[in-house]
Amino acid sequence: MAAALVVLTALAGWEALVRGGVVDALLLPAPTDVVQALWTDRSLLAEDLAVTAGEVVLGLTAAVAVGVALGVSMHLSVPVRKALRPLVIGSQAVPIPVIAPLFILVLGFGLAPKVLMVALVCFFPVTINLYDGLRDVDPDARKLLRSLDASRWQRLRLLEAPSALPTTFTGIKIAAAVAVIGAVFAEWAGSDRGLGHTLLIANGQLESARAFAATFLLFALAIALYGLFALLERRVVDWTPRTAPEGGP
Amino acid sequence: MDLELTSVRKAYGDVVALDGVTLAAGANETVAVVGPSGCGKSTLLELVCGLSAPDAGEVRSPPAALMPQRDGLLPWLSALDNAGLARRVAGEPRERARAAAHAHFAAFGLEGFERSRPSELSGGMRQRVAFLRTLLAGRPVLCLDEPFGALDALTRGQMQRWLAGALAKEPRTVLLVTHDVEEAVLLADRIVLLSPRPGRVVETLEVPLPRPRARTDLAVVELRERALAALGDPERVSA
Repeated sequence: MAAALVVLTALAGWEALVRGGVVDALLLPAPTDVVQALWTDRSLLAEDLAVTAGEVVLGLTAAVAVGVALGVSMHLSVPVRKALRPLVIGSQAVPIPVIAPLFILVLGFGLAPKVLMVALVCFFPVTINLYDGLRDVDPDARKLLRSLDASRWQRLRLLEAPSALPTTFTGIKIAAAVAVIGAVFAEWAGSDRGLGHTLLIANGQLESARAFAATFLLFALAIALYGLFALLERRVVDWTPRTAPEGGP
Repeated sequence: MDLELTSVRKAYGDVVALDGVTLAAGANETVAVVGPSGCGKSTLLELVCGLSAPDAGEVRSPPAALMPQRDGLLPWLSALDNAGLARRVAGEPRERARAAAHAHFAAFGLEGFERSRPSELSGGMRQRVAFLRTLLAGRPVLCLDEPFGALDALTRGQMQRWLAGALAKEPRTVLLVTHDVEEAVLLADRIVLLSPRPGRVVETLEVPLPRPRARTDLAVVELRERALAALGDPERVSA
């Protein structure tokens, strides 16, 4: 309710600024112009949204799969951890706009470089949050399972994996929120479709209303994905009390 | 087979947790280990449960089940699944582990809470679930690490009476670690008093009192005072 009020007030202020001629409508379209662009370009934008959403969903799926595989194997094996940790961290230092054209060069203009780009942006928070979650286990429960002679697999399945679920979901939600960035950069580097592509073209043609409309859909896509995983998290991680837990020691 | 520790020493780096500790428990005896915080009580239980090896001395014990200091319940499992955890780890299918646990739920005052998560249980109930889990491990020795330390005084009293009753019905060899001298006198056949770090045996007291015992029994009060004096409680030493 309060959020809606804030947004409405901001939109009204924005509209007034543009209509009053304070800001050039070519640089900043009024909200009503953006809504109009959303409507008139709806068939183009819907197609773009479907393309970009497909790239993002596939990329996120790949990122979760890779993140889980990396997180678990780094947790289970010291040599794997030592070998992969610098690479995993280093992968995040790679500037995306620089590497995106390389992906296109090697993998062509199809879906593959986009999915890879999204996965590259997204696998890191999943890996690290899962890995940390697997290690951060209640020491008493760890002692208990060892005293019961639990096998390595049993410790992973009965204790570490469930206890890592909340942080893993946090990682996936972060990934969902930033996934769109990867898709947009990949489309900029080489694509004839998608919201990122349309954004780039509209910018060049000073079609700022259309550019804003595309940006708005990127927004909506990120929020929808985040919300989806937040919902899933509440379904899966159903043991944490909704109210604040009891006070500490 | 009896549980026996002989001249056990255990250090973590420079910190000596236990030094020259000798104690024994016969079959179905309850031995309480009492001492101030940081005297290596938990270390002692880890040795008996085989979680670590002593640096010197000898630990002989039949297989032991551990009840960790804070209950160690898994928050994502129901009370029933937590109680049956040891059975599942031992390889039993989930349904059989549940059935084994459920057979005790009424006697443990847990009926109706089978599906509750630990966060929905009271402190006393959590301890009962944890104790049932320890019992269902099916090992001859139970190692209880401050089982009632986190409870309020009223609940603690109830739980002590309850544990005494449960052990009377299902006798086991129990190693009970506590900092509560009174709890030791109420529950144990023998009390081993440990000094502050490094933990050494100060004195071993036999508790030849009939059960059930009440905290107001004269013999209980006397023993408690003797134990406290031996531990060097400043208030009592002068008295």
